[in-house]
Amino acid sequence: MHFVVCIKQVPEKNDVKINPETNTLMREGVESIVNPFDAYAIEESVRLKERVGGKVTAITMGPPQAEAVLREAISVGVDEGILISDRAFAGSDTFATSYTLAQAIKKLGDVDIILCGKQASDGDTAQVGPGIATHLDLPQITYVRKIEEIEEGRIVGERLLETGYEVIESSLPCLLTVVKEINEPRLPSLKGKMASKKAEIPVWTAADMDCRPEYLGLDGSPTKVDTIFTPPPRGGGEILTGDPEEIVPRLIEKLKELVVGAAS
Amino acid sequence: MSNDPIKVIDETCVGCQLCVKACPFGAIEMDDKLAVIDLTKCTLCGACVTACKFDAIEMRESEKVQADFSEYRDVWVFAEQDDDVIQSITYELLGEGRQLADDLGMKLCAVLLGSNVSEQASELITRGAETVYVVDQPELTHFQDEPYAAVISDLVKRHKPNILLCGATTIGRSVISRIAVETGAGLTADCTGLAIDPETKNLMQTRPAFGGNIMATILTPDTRPQMSTVRHKVFKEAEVDASRTGDVVALEVDKALLASRTRRLSFVPEEDTIMNIAEADFIISGGRGMGKPENFDLLHELAEVLGGGVGASRAAVDADWIPYSHQVGQTGKTVCPKIYIACGISGQIQHLAGMSSADVIIAINKDPDAPIFSVATVGIVGDVFEIVPKLTAELRKVLGK
Ligand SMILES: Cc1cc2nc3c(=O)[nH]c(=O)nc-3n(C[C@H](O)[C@H](O)[C@H](O)COP(=O)(O)OP(=O)(O)OC[C@H]3O[C@@H](n4cnc5c(N)ncnc54)[C@H](O)[C@@H]3O)c2cc1C
Ligand SMILES: Nc1ncnc2c1ncn2[C@@H]1O[C@H](COP(=O)(O)O)[C@@H](O)[C@H]1O
Repeated sequence: MHFVVCIKQVPEKNDVKINPETNTLMREGVESIVNPFDAYAIEESVRLKERVGGKVTAITMGPPQAEAVLREAISVGVDEGILISDRAFAGSDTFATSYTLAQAIKKLGDVDIILCGKQASDGDTAQVGPGIATHLDLPQITYVRKIEEIEEGRIVGERLLETGYEVIESSLPCLLTVVKEINEPRLPSLKGKMASKKAEIPVWTAADMDCRPEYLGLDGSPTKVDTIFTPPPRGGGEILTGDPEEIVPRLIEKLKELVVGAAS
Repeated sequence: MSNDPIKVIDETCVGCQLCVKACPFGAIEMDDKLAVIDLTKCTLCGACVTACKFDAIEMRESEKVQADFSEYRDVWVFAEQDDDVIQSITYELLGEGRQLADDLGMKLCAVLLGSNVSEQASELITRGAETVYVVDQPELTHFQDEPYAAVISDLVKRHKPNILLCGATTIGRSVISRIAVETGAGLTADCTGLAIDPETKNLMQTRPAFGGNIMATILTPDTRPQMSTVRHKVFKEAEVDASRTGDVVALEVDKALLASRTRRLSFVPEEDTIMNIAEADFIISGGRGMGKPENFDLLHELAEVLGGGVGASRAAVDADWIPYSHQVGQTGKTVCPKIYIACGISGQIQHLAGMSSADVIIAINKDPDAPIFSVATVGIVGDVFEIVPKLTAELRKVLGK
């Protein structure tokens, strides 16, 4: 079987703050990492390959330096990486991103299972996975916490819901988005590290994937960022210290003040 | 390349670096005293354009002609039901949807899929829906991505709503992403604020970015419907008013739309989920400071007295003290309760990302320098094992339980 895993490079920390005096942004640690949820998608794709045989291709859409996440994927058992990169993709929202990734998967041809993380930690939208499935007219199982069965043309997975899980069967090809519960990602092996260093990473541009220009980048993105601002700061409040015998009644008084009757 | 959506005018740029500081996304670097924008990181938010004192950054307007949207009317809410029970998020969406519909002078409608759901349709009317579009089919008894997405997309194309709101739940997020792509509409996830621009009548969708460190207002000016998902507890539920009237419109759909390549084989409820914390008004959360799994009993007791749920930090979940469904934070749930009590949680940024919009935050921690205190409404420097049992006992008295 051919597995495709979609991975995104994201900033390591979301720690951006606005300096209240100068009103400029203070950024710390702009190191980039593999989106945490995508690490589980990578691991699961490799495990599925180990279970039923086949190969895993990792794809990422991003700037040239996003190549790093593909090499990281190869170091833990992914066979190939493809970087999807073009200035024409700039300003893509989830519609344009899922279209572009879908075009890349079409170009790959014979794909059985596409895996995505549940969501990306920078945008938190969880929209790209289902978006890819829709552009490709494929079924999907989102929030997968376990794959119970997999065989030619059929998969059974457990989808995590708010109050339990559902067991869902789907025909293949199919798209899955995975949650953290699904596995424990492995560390790279020595062999994997070697492979990752040596790997040739092809770069696909818009022209390589037969894209409709009106679906790409800024023009292909129905959502537009209008303004960006800092939320009203949530400063620390009152600190109570001392003997618990005294503190607890004071806390209760505070609570009464704060939410009059809310707990009654 | 002239077609780039944003560019620095090299002749005008003086190399002052104001834009570099202003960029929330780290997308601007200096190259030989000129600002260079990394288009792959840029989200076109315009912060640099505003910051530049020399008008040296130019943003290209998207080339779409303003389409005529006069046919697109009404505010629709996707009525999420589970086992014939309308989910509370739906009432929250109806509460907010009422305001938007009134501001636009349009109707508030709900769209309900399921089988034998006429009772639920009446409930939606008592919560303020003026029209409830119902598709009642055995295939729709339980949520399945494909038929739900196909049916709603079909209704959207036929009835042309102006706005479509949906809960940012597992089901909601799965289905609305498909609908947005199928109808070519813009979709904004996890909005915490919705408002109508008085001039353009566009929906202004405000959402947190970077784990809540900054907020962004998003527009979808060139497509309809304007679609948003909203998390639990962001908006107030619409009140029940039994005297309200409205139309229930049962719709037929093409059988082909009901086809599904996925099938639900079974549902397994989580054993110890007494409450979905995303819906809880009170959450008592425990972290590594709780020491061992048995100590979570203290938190369960307090939760019971308050009628709330128990949450946890990732450290507690990773230690297998409590199931993952209780994890709050960047890789867990985002919660917005009235009161969040953090017990033995240090308050790392990834944890804060999931709970910092709670109305009231109480933190109990031994370490006076724990970062959780910087967001706490009331911070208690002390030992959870002394404070929590006392707090539970006192609250029992106060609440007469
Ligand atoms: C990509 C990524 C995603 C993450 N996602 C999440 C997430 O979704 N949610 C999340 O929570 N974390 C997440 N984390 C982990 C996060 O960075 C922290 O490691 C975690 O939140 C720490 O949990 P904690 O506060 O329980 O533990 P600690 O940081 O160890 O804090 C324990 C606290 O308990 C206090 N304490 C100890 N004993 C007592 C006592 N008897 N009485 C009172 N106080 C006591 C200590 O003073 C200390 O402050 C993520 C990390 C990464 C890298
Ligand atoms: N630029 C990208 N390149 C590859 N995969 C992506 C990209 N953006 C999103 N994805 C995939 O889609 C998932 C959901 O992302 P999002 O919808 O942005 O929260 C991620 O976990 C990835 O698997």
